[in-house]
Amino acid sequence: MAETASKIKSNALSQVEKGESLWVGAWHRLRKNKMALLGSIFIILLIGFSFIGPFFLEDNYYTYQELEQKMQGPNKEYILGTDHLGRDQLGRIIKGGQISLMVGLVATVVSLTIGIGYGTISGYFGGNIDRFMMRIVDILYSLPFTIFVILLMVFAKDLGDSIDTWFKEMGSNYSISGQWNMLLLFIAIGAVEWLTMARIVRGQVLSLRKQEFIEACISLGLPTHRIIFRHMVPNVLGPVIVYTTLTIPAVMLLEAFLSFLGLGVQPPTPSWGLLIKDGADRMREAPWMLVYPGAMFALALFSFNFVGDGLRDALDPKTSKD
Amino acid sequence: MIKFILRRILETVPVLLCVAAMTFFMCRLAPGGPFDDDKQVTAEVREQLNKQFNLDKPLHVQFYQYLINLPNLQSFKYPSRTVGDIISQKFPVSAKLGFLAMCIALGIGIMFGVIASLRPNSYIDYIPSSLAMIGICLPTFVMGPILIYIFSLKLKWLPATGWGGFDGDIFFASDMILPSLTLGLFYAAYISRLTRGGMLDILTQDYIRTAKAKGASAPRVLMKHALRGGLLPVISFMGPAVAGLIAGSFVIETIFNIPGLGQDFVKSAFNRDYTLVLGVVMFYATLIIVLNLIVDILQVTLNPKLKFES
Repeated sequence: MAETASKIKSNALSQVEKGESLWVGAWHRLRKNKMALLGSIFIILLIGFSFIGPFFLEDNYYTYQELEQKMQGPNKEYILGTDHLGRDQLGRIIKGGQISLMVGLVATVVSLTIGIGYGTISGYFGGNIDRFMMRIVDILYSLPFTIFVILLMVFAKDLGDSIDTWFKEMGSNYSISGQWNMLLLFIAIGAVEWLTMARIVRGQVLSLRKQEFIEACISLGLPTHRIIFRHMVPNVLGPVIVYTTLTIPAVMLLEAFLSFLGLGVQPPTPSWGLLIKDGADRMREAPWMLVYPGAMFALALFSFNFVGDGLRDALDPKTSKD
Repeated sequence: MIKFILRRILETVPVLLCVAAMTFFMCRLAPGGPFDDDKQVTAEVREQLNKQFNLDKPLHVQFYQYLINLPNLQSFKYPSRTVGDIISQKFPVSAKLGFLAMCIALGIGIMFGVIASLRPNSYIDYIPSSLAMIGICLPTFVMGPILIYIFSLKLKWLPATGWGGFDGDIFFASDMILPSLTLGLFYAAYISRLTRGGMLDILTQDYIRTAKAKGASAPRVLMKHALRGGLLPVISFMGPAVAGLIAGSFVIETIFNIPGLGQDFVKSAFNRDYTLVLGVVMFYATLIIVLNLIVDILQVTLNPKLKFES
């Protein structure tokens, strides 16, 4: 009898110990969210479409043009039609997807790095340093940042060209103006989008430092690195992941906005924003030039937003109580 | 309260100085100049032009001259007009566009948000909420052409371009509908999501139950008690929304060919029209800071929990 009793007891104990971890629980909740699942499937398909698709096409799939074939509606040869210069729209949309996704990811990583660094320092030191650093963020929030980005893109674009001429004078054929614009986009967009991330991380770090479970860890005598990596980081990570998925569409939107004004990536390299611009200019004669890139772009934003929302619901401790 | 406002106004001075310095030196460090495109410019003429616009002086002297005299400076590309002239002529068009868009955004957004919050997770919630999601994912530069395609090209109800006749002097014209709608719908989507979230938070509070318990009618509980708290997230969104509306107006003015300040700004940056760029940036920065201050004051008046920190 005593044996079984202890068995039951140990069973009960082991069951208690097995409780769902944050990530397992989050996954269970996320799985129930149909829209978020659909969104993540679409994102995976999109990445495949943009990065594996080119392997099935010619090398110059997004620049090759047949002028006699310009502005053809969707047909057997060109599934999505051709643009005003007789280029295959399908190829352009694939390449545009590569560029848009890449800008979205890299610029998000830039803003993530700045935001987490700034937020952690501000929250960790607290006091006057925190007040000062957050006041700067408040002030930056109230500035017309898009205007600065526009100025930066206009002025720095020519800087790339003049660096190229300088290379030529030095007798080198190396040209950076193509990559230069992409690099600028990463930096400019990343420099704008870090503010909210800094606020979120700072708030998390600040409130975590005062919470009972961290105090409990300290009184249990856990080493500092264990407290930080096992107990603080997982709690900051949730909001960071959520906000990252929500930053990607914001960044893609800003890139498309700049491309639409003629300030983003430079032709002949397409991005979705540029394709939408080309389509909008010619929508009377060739509506398909607007519809397909526009639909792809909207669907991508849709998916990222749904996944972000789903992750927020899944990782938010408030909703996980019930 | 007065102390708070004074402190904020004092704070804006260094901020505006920083904005001016950043803009000015960014302009001047960039290669190219305002007279690069005019082909037949001899060295003497160029020197003369540089002298006329004070471009031959050292940079810090120029910066100082720009700052003290900004509205009266000549534009480089239109030497007969000053920066102040151009802004006061073009800004009313942009301001009207922004105002109409904001009205549409608030009207549609709050209505949809409140409706969605009344019966959460029912069809009354799903329909406005998914419409809002679609609105957020259709950026203005996709929405604009789509609206033009439907309402101008296919149905032929509304004009596709223009703004209140030739130079925007008609008070209200049918060609103002599509641009303001395009700009407004994007923000309506955001506002409806914020309203829904805010209202859902408020409607479960004890004081709403108290209001219902003392026999207040449902519309009265909604309008008098819930809305005030439920709209707080919307109010705090107004600051960023204003900045966003200004940036959005650049795109809208391009799509619909509206003679507003946004188009001039982008053009002036390409033309290296230093005075106009600096003037427009300073103007927008001041505008945004002032509107943010108003939003902050509004927020504290609506929410007694927040106190003016001093």
